[in-house]
Amino acid sequence: MTTARPVPTDSVLDIAAAVRAGERSAVDVLEQHLARIAERDDEIHAFNTVTDEAARQQAAAVDASVAAGETVGPLAGVPVALKDNLSTRGVTTTCSSRILENWVPPYDATVVERLAAAGAVFVGKTNLDEFAMGSSTENSAFGPTRNPLDTGRVPGGSSGGSAAAVTAGFAAASLGSDTGGSIRQPAALCGLVGMKPTYGGVSRYGLVAFASSLDQIGPFTRTVAESAAVYDVIAGPDPRDSTSIPKQHVPVSATLGDGIDGLRVGVVTELSGRGNDAFEPGVVEAAFAAAEALSDAGAKVEDVSIPTAVAGLSAYYMIAPAEASSNLARYDGVRYGLRKPGPNTAAMMAASRTAGFGDEVKRRIMLGTYALSAGYYDAFYGKAQRIRTLMIREFDRVYENFDVLLSPTSPCVAFEFGAKADPVTMYYNDVCTIPSNLTGQPAISVPFGTGAHGLPVGVQLMAPMLGEPVMYRVAAALEGLAP
Amino acid sequence: MSSHHETPGAPAPRAHLTTDDVAKVAKLALLELSDDELETFTGQLDAVLDLAEQLDEFDIGDIPPTAHPFGLVNVFRDDVAAVGHDAEVMREEALAAAPEVEAHQFKVPPALGEAP
Amino acid sequence: MNTDTVVDAGKAPDSSSARHLGHEPGLLPEGWEMVVGLEVHAELATESKMFSPAPNVFGGEPNTNVHPVCLGLPGTLPVVNRNAVELAIRIGLALNCTVNRCIWARKNYFYPDMAKDYQISQYDQPLNVDGHLELPSGAVIGIERAHMEEDAGKTVHVGDDGRIASAGYSLVDYNRAGVPLVEIVSRPDIAGPEQAKEYVEELRSILVAIGASDGKMEEGSLRVDANVSVRPVGSDELRTRCEIKNVNSLRSIGRAIVYEAQRHVQLYESGEAPIQETRHWDEEAGRTRPGRSKEEAEDYRYFADPDLVPIDPSPEWIAEIAAALPALPKQRRDALIERGGAHDDAAIVVGRDLDGLALTAIGAGADAQRVLTHIRNNLAVDGAENLDAADFAELVKMETGGALTATQAKQVLAEMVETGSDPASIAAARGFEAMDAGELEGLVDQLIAEHPDEWARFISGDDGDRKKMQGFFTGQIMKATKGQADGKIVNQLLSAKSGG
Ligand SMILES: [Mg+2]
Ligand SMILES: [Zn+2]
Repeated sequence: MTTARPVPTDSVLDIAAAVRAGERSAVDVLEQHLARIAERDDEIHAFNTVTDEAARQQAAAVDASVAAGETVGPLAGVPVALKDNLSTRGVTTTCSSRILENWVPPYDATVVERLAAAGAVFVGKTNLDEFAMGSSTENSAFGPTRNPLDTGRVPGGSSGGSAAAVTAGFAAASLGSDTGGSIRQPAALCGLVGMKPTYGGVSRYGLVAFASSLDQIGPFTRTVAESAAVYDVIAGPDPRDSTSIPKQHVPVSATLGDGIDGLRVGVVTELSGRGNDAFEPGVVEAAFAAAEALSDAGAKVEDVSIPTAVAGLSAYYMIAPAEASSNLARYDGVRYGLRKPGPNTAAMMAASRTAGFGDEVKRRIMLGTYALSAGYYDAFYGKAQRIRTLMIREFDRVYENFDVLLSPTSPCVAFEFGAKADPVTMYYNDVCTIPSNLTGQPAISVPFGTGAHGLPVGVQLMAPMLGEPVMYRVAAALEGLAP
Repeated sequence: MSSHHETPGAPAPRAHLTTDDVAKVAKLALLELSDDELETFTGQLDAVLDLAEQLDEFDIGDIPPTAHPFGLVNVFRDDVAAVGHDAEVMREEALAAAPEVEAHQFKVPPALGEAP
Repeated sequence: MNTDTVVDAGKAPDSSSARHLGHEPGLLPEGWEMVVGLEVHAELATESKMFSPAPNVFGGEPNTNVHPVCLGLPGTLPVVNRNAVELAIRIGLALNCTVNRCIWARKNYFYPDMAKDYQISQYDQPLNVDGHLELPSGAVIGIERAHMEEDAGKTVHVGDDGRIASAGYSLVDYNRAGVPLVEIVSRPDIAGPEQAKEYVEELRSILVAIGASDGKMEEGSLRVDANVSVRPVGSDELRTRCEIKNVNSLRSIGRAIVYEAQRHVQLYESGEAPIQETRHWDEEAGRTRPGRSKEEAEDYRYFADPDLVPIDPSPEWIAEIAAALPALPKQRRDALIERGGAHDDAAIVVGRDLDGLALTAIGAGADAQRVLTHIRNNLAVDGAENLDAADFAELVKMETGGALTATQAKQVLAEMVETGSDPASIAAARGFEAMDAGELEGLVDQLIAEHPDEWARFISGDDGDRKKMQGFFTGQIMKATKGQADGKIVNQLLSAKSGG
């Protein structure tokens, strides 16, 4: 079946308002969503684990607080799905990998604590490309997730389960993680709003690391306002994350409606896809239509060239695997996770890792190990980290003249399973999203029209460090201008 | 740290990845590969390394590597031992996740050689 | 963190610092001297671990001092312990190092007691560099670097014969995992086993004095690896060295160094040469054995840890820490030497932590060398630390003023320590008063008259005879005076009467 739009359900804001006002019970809201999960998740496979029992208790607790006249949080009773690489105390956290298939963490991620404190109700843990390495969710050890808009196609990745869960109406919002586009690209392919915050804007404590210097956690929602509401809850400094920016969070919800009159929008030549046959025409047209719409709405729109942007993909595939090769060393069968027998420790570790990791994870571990090894460090990892500095400088210079930058989010709409079996072809999906991870700057994908097969297209807005407030203003405007 | 890695600089033009290279890397990463896997992975990894050659087009001169995109330094915590979490509980939870346990310790096959 | 790569790739230690202040002869065949550098790992005396809030305490039930962070659980992140950094900076300052902006690096290797299978350490941008340590003997040992890192847990092998790599299995305890360490790497300036021990003892006393570490070798708070090579005496070349691990007592440090140096000389003299490798000291067998073999040479793939940000200590912060540093052992020794104490006595007195007593007594006008001599010879006893400095000064003055003989002073001092009462009343109670010279001279004349033969031998005998007889007369007088006579004066009288 094909519908270009996510299943319409109540929004995060409506649910929270009604529950806080005591007009609706969090339990009823939850049961609606659990019913949709029961009805359709066998087909979609958005979830690795559905935590219905714990969710019912959470929802009942919210209702009790409301009844008792206690103050409840801004997300009271909102059903939220969590990517299965976010640590949840007492609930298996698998990263869709055999090696963590049965791992039950003894602690909660900071974002999980903050959502719970805000009254959110966790419906389950969502499927992903193993350890978030992929762009289609085909790399999950537990089988792929299907795109609810066309079950013959992928939802994108790596946060495909979190995207599908919201699109299918299994949750009002979800969290994903974005290392090279893993929130924005699936959001685009599933017709959602997906946001990658400023690096250090949201705590990574409890996010199972893929590439520490690039990973960020962010929300999936149907609309920009819902995205802002969830982001305002999870953002802000965390003493448990040394890389978290020690600045008070400036709520973005308050300024969403401030309009874009006079704002300067740059269309990045190197990422626009124009004249690049690796991009689907429908995607490129949508992006330029979006730029034009913003211009008509009062923004100053210009083309801008950022030469290093094209180096993003190469730099990323040196840096991310290098960090991953070290981050994933701890999966050795000693303290937790899968163990396969061996005559000595090293043999046991090798047997466990060999059986526990899938091919894409092995590819990246080996690539990263090679990039860091003596004799190649300077040619690969070292050089990539310097290119990264170059990129940051170039983007910073551009942001002296622009408030936000615009490009397509993904070169293509949702594709069919197996369509991109060759790794490098698959990697190219992230060509537009990777630069923001390398610079640490925020970016958001907003649905704007449709492309091939009537499937949704996402347009990406990028902003300078901590530029979320203006980025969200433009996103809200763009959403209103969408066909 | 680059200056401490042997033979700095890229072999130009880059020598293509051999199955021996990949076998060596797999050993370092504690991964076992069948001969077929070795062949396949070698081709695929070499293709990714071709991407890296794009990087040569940029003059990085004396540009420093990026440590933290926001330039943070001196992030510390106070020297306070956790009292909030009960050691016994933490131990039980930690050991509960372990593949093999004996005498409240993590049990593993004999180690080969001492730690570096 | 094994810093071989840094030494090799970085500048080789400059030959000035590679020259020895006198090598230790007699341990190696003629013509050879040893070249020793030490890597000391010191556990910092913090409340919590380097990057995790788990308690930093020795021992404890296995896996009780743990926390998700030091267990390396997926998703956890390290946060630097500020106090650990301050203690590390104290160490740097105490070792005359330059304190730098530094970054954390991951050292990647698989080992079960390394919870993340990498160690967070420092590589090419360490905290402290280019310092030196002056030993009590006067030798100056260069300090190449003193960097921060985290400790590993403990793997205990449970095997048939207890030997690692034999059958059986291992048990891992992470109580020690993540304990803050400072690794202090000396330049190859150490001349031999004695200087190595002196270096470790001095370093240990500094670490304890500044409160950076409890210095307990038996608890592994201080762990020593030795880099050993040899060369022809007088040359300043640096030949292939071996790193000897697991030398964890002062005694084994000396033995390991000598064994390894002798092994190198034997190799050279039989036309072979040692290979650069890590070897392990076998205390029972009294020998070193090769560690991981050459073909398994490690590739640690160091890179900046993306979970941590640089440490960039401000001059103000460093000055603050420097201002709070207590007096170091060397400064305390120098204070005594300036006041006229002998070098060796000063070292002993500071070693016994009695330099405060000595300085107050000297300040009160007591003779410096007498003060130090008393402390060295007569105050190696419990309670010495409670001795009243003013009373002590008084005692020394009575002695040097002739009111007490050395023997009497010693007895009075002992009683002062026991009873805490003052020297004058003790001396009085014991009836110690110096005899007046006239009385003593009469006694001497009387004895000479009573023993003409002995007197003749004293006058005309050879030196040996004269000495014997001097002893005889002194003894008689002491007997007669119940030890109250002053030996010095008696001798003066005897030689005067013998006419010279
Ligand atoms: Mg200790
Ligand atoms: Zn070390």
